[in-house]
Amino acid sequence: MPYVQHSAADVEKMLKTIGVRKIEDLFAHIPQEVRFKGDLRLPEPLSDMEALRRMASLASANRSSQGVCFLGGGCYDHFVPSAVDLLSMRGEFYTAYTPYQPEASQGMLQVFFEYQSMMAALTGMEISNASLYDGASGLAEAALMAWSAQKKKKPRILISSAIHPEYAAALRTYSRHLGVSVESIPLAGGVTDPAALAKMAGQDAACVAAASPNVFGLVEDLEPLASAAHAMGALFIAVSDPVSLGLLKPPGGFGADIATGEGQGLGNYMSFGGPHFGFLTAKEDFVRSMPGRIVGMTEDGKGRKGFVLTFQTREQHIRREKATSNICTNQALCALRAALYLALLGPDGLRKTASLCASRAHKLAERLSSVPRVELRFKGPFFKEFALKLPCDAATIIRRLARRGIYAGPSLGEWFPDMADTMLVAATERRTPEEIEMFREALDEELKHV
Amino acid sequence: MEQAKTIFEKNKPGRRCFDVPEARGPKPEDMIPAKLLRSAPPAIPQVSEPEVVRHYSRLGRRNLGVDSTFYPLGSCTMKYNPKVNEAAAAMDGFLNLHPYIPQDCAQGALELIYDLEHFLAEISGFEAVTLEPAAGAHGEFTGLLVIKAFLDAAGEERDVVLIPDSAHGTNPASCTIAGFDTRPVKSDSKGLVDLEDLKAKLDPKVAALMLTNPNTLGLFDTNVCRIAGMMHDNGSLMYMDGANLNAILGYARPGDFGVDVMHFNLHKTFSTPHGGGGPGSGPVGVKAKLAPFLPMPRVVKEGKAFKAVFKAEKSIGRVRSWFGNTGVMLKAYTYILRLGARGLKRVAENAVLNANYIMESLKNDYSLPYESRCMHECVLSAKNLLKKHDIRAMDVAKRLIDLGFHPPTVYFPLIVEEALMIEPTETENLETLDEFIAAMKQIAKEAEETPGLLHDAPVTTPVGRLDEVKAVKEPRLVFAKSSP
Amino acid sequence: MRPTELRYTKTHEWVRVEDKEAVFGITDYAVEHLSDLTFIELPDIGDDIRKGEGFGEIESVKAVAELNAPLSGTVKEVNTDIQDNLETLSEDPFGKGWLIRIEMSDPGEVKSLLSGAEYEKIVEAEAE
Repeated sequence: MPYVQHSAADVEKMLKTIGVRKIEDLFAHIPQEVRFKGDLRLPEPLSDMEALRRMASLASANRSSQGVCFLGGGCYDHFVPSAVDLLSMRGEFYTAYTPYQPEASQGMLQVFFEYQSMMAALTGMEISNASLYDGASGLAEAALMAWSAQKKKKPRILISSAIHPEYAAALRTYSRHLGVSVESIPLAGGVTDPAALAKMAGQDAACVAAASPNVFGLVEDLEPLASAAHAMGALFIAVSDPVSLGLLKPPGGFGADIATGEGQGLGNYMSFGGPHFGFLTAKEDFVRSMPGRIVGMTEDGKGRKGFVLTFQTREQHIRREKATSNICTNQALCALRAALYLALLGPDGLRKTASLCASRAHKLAERLSSVPRVELRFKGPFFKEFALKLPCDAATIIRRLARRGIYAGPSLGEWFPDMADTMLVAATERRTPEEIEMFREALDEELKHV
Repeated sequence: MEQAKTIFEKNKPGRRCFDVPEARGPKPEDMIPAKLLRSAPPAIPQVSEPEVVRHYSRLGRRNLGVDSTFYPLGSCTMKYNPKVNEAAAAMDGFLNLHPYIPQDCAQGALELIYDLEHFLAEISGFEAVTLEPAAGAHGEFTGLLVIKAFLDAAGEERDVVLIPDSAHGTNPASCTIAGFDTRPVKSDSKGLVDLEDLKAKLDPKVAALMLTNPNTLGLFDTNVCRIAGMMHDNGSLMYMDGANLNAILGYARPGDFGVDVMHFNLHKTFSTPHGGGGPGSGPVGVKAKLAPFLPMPRVVKEGKAFKAVFKAEKSIGRVRSWFGNTGVMLKAYTYILRLGARGLKRVAENAVLNANYIMESLKNDYSLPYESRCMHECVLSAKNLLKKHDIRAMDVAKRLIDLGFHPPTVYFPLIVEEALMIEPTETENLETLDEFIAAMKQIAKEAEETPGLLHDAPVTTPVGRLDEVKAVKEPRLVFAKSSP
Repeated sequence: MRPTELRYTKTHEWVRVEDKEAVFGITDYAVEHLSDLTFIELPDIGDDIRKGEGFGEIESVKAVAELNAPLSGTVKEVNTDIQDNLETLSEDPFGKGWLIRIEMSDPGEVKSLLSGAEYEKIVEAEAE
């Protein structure tokens, strides 16, 4: 029997101490009407070897390694430095839980402090929490944070229509029963339209949120949006891709009050969408409205510096039904991986990685739009991802490209009904010129039959 | 021991870890307008790879995990995390799988989700399970939204959730975010739901009761069928916080004893590592009538193929991106494959055996607030030590660190003074339990003879007790404040 | 000895009635029990508050206590100095430690408040 240690003699001794005859007696107080009678219908237990064989067969039914990944939409095939895997697997980090006992958890607490410091620096903000679940719930938490920072008096949340639709969907789910409305800001040329935002003005908006790069991969000028938000007394939330911030102006540079986004690209594998993490950074004034764990530096009785979970009165276990977020367990290990990733790359490595992404993506855009009847959907500047307009249904081409070992997409028709002929395409620093050429050829071939 | 130095203090301009190829072709400013580019590099440290490795290895040594020592943190089920799970989850076919890859290229992942949902449904007695929620609290929120949507669809205006005073701390907050008001229900003298108080709190506004069973006192609420009956007679639903499912695996299924909605914690019951505070996974199981309201996406089987469905009329929508914490699911799935039905039942038996052994062994040294058979965890109280020797639960916890153990949960549940909530789990052997018991007995004795040892503890750690007031009054939340 | 001219609540707020207006604070007993105060949140001028409902919060490191409105009305003045000088609450809870001033919407509610003597009894009972 795996993972249970007791010999018959051990069990005997323990039962004697407890004062019962057999283990089943320990369950005697559970009423018969509550009992499950019979055996759970589960597969017969497997040995380690057999279990791994089964898992390998499932893994091989995923054809990820039989093609080249040009997929985008918020999850990307970035390089993970070897040291990230090796260090994050250390048992003391990996098998610990939330650092409720700071003296026994200084390692993890310091990692969170360093993570917070790096994320604040990367996003140009003053403070950071120690992670949220993912980018989508990150946007939801950020918007509710803005709402509660203004004492829940302003019931409107305005979000750009170019924010990832799954993030917007999560925000709508989160806010559905809280008496706030989520309104979409129209686009112009694939980016948020400041003039349209101005028309939605009013003193009752808690926040305005926009993304750069946005769901189409376009780099937006967030400055006019932040100004418009502030002019109407609302907070501005910027959603960004942290890898892009090696190159792009950070949210803080545009005057954002809160910055959030999906952190996957920082040292976390794609893993079919999780576990990743959401980051949340902000101006210091909003610390008391921030969701999630926050670690602070302090000292012990002998003046030695150390780290603790702080501002805990914000959190669900103390504030209970008055809390504005219920998050408890977060994505700590993914945040640890992000800290390792950032430490390993440093500012220079991050800038080079971001530059290489941009350069590969631009090369890819140039090559793909050289295919007849293919063009970029939008003219604006982009970072590592762009929307490609095809002369036919994009979902069909995506499936056919997959058979040729090119993974692209998703089709934008999923989210924007008038864009069924458009797909997202991304190139990270890992894509080589040869792979880019392969993609062009495959697309060219496929479209000949259309 | 030397003072903690952050990675930022090891910064030296020019140091770096590895090379990234230089981008050829157009320069960033030729691709993106200059005003949208970063004007200065972010202030993240410049360090070499050996420094990074040593720095974080050193931080690892300043942390305790289940791999380092006994970690009886009550309510968190800190069982051993089998390494075969890690090998399964690290397979390339899962790690490098993009969530938007065409579905015929992700059949293994979709099958995993489908299968695991069915395993969990069988284990818990529910008809449908979603794996979307990222953690227990996220599961609570999702389950409550499902309840809300179900009631709304039935035209019922019910906006109150009843919460026993022995419930998990996240429950009330989850209710608020899901748009419910909460009403507390008292525990009786045996530590179970006070049925009279429950009856008094029931009215047509009550949407559900949120019951943790076994509860946070480690006690199984033997009235659970009656409670479910009272709820259903009132037209209300029964939510169960399944954080403590470990105790009843194979012995009782919540779906069978009247529960309508329950969340699981894969990182507790199903052995996935806690990662220093996450990632977890908080699947939600429901009875058939609630299944149409589960969040998107859903995975279905059509012939031999597995398919993800992204839209359903009654669904509450999305609670996050993609398919949930797939990497965590892989580990839980491997664990269930390894154990099978018999193995899971042994898990419950031994978890309960270990907890009762500790309770019986320590009940004369500490106060025992409820004299009942405990399940997977036992709650003791240090109030005897407080009265006689001015020693608090926190002092006991800190002294345990000096003696080489991670402390139990302290000051929770709130209804027990000076609570020490001990959950040994099934993966600890008798020698470990005996060592822990000996340490606890030693501490009780020290409280009388050498209380100074306890007040000063811990002394073997890199730092002593930290000033939490200073941490709030003079907040230092980042190494250096950045200027954008 | 606590000022006898003030009125009190069971939840340890005090009230000074001044014509149509009322000033609220919290008692020395409340301050002592919260210990190590770290933060106070007060309403904005112009907010309407209702008797029995929360009008703010006061925090220590690991606890949050709600401030319950002793009377209903509209907030006219807020002691914002207190937010940066929480020690004033313990130094002078009945004077400089006042929290807000309201214009009462129902002066009849004053009758429901405790007298100084009644409050003393409550504190004595709790202390046991």
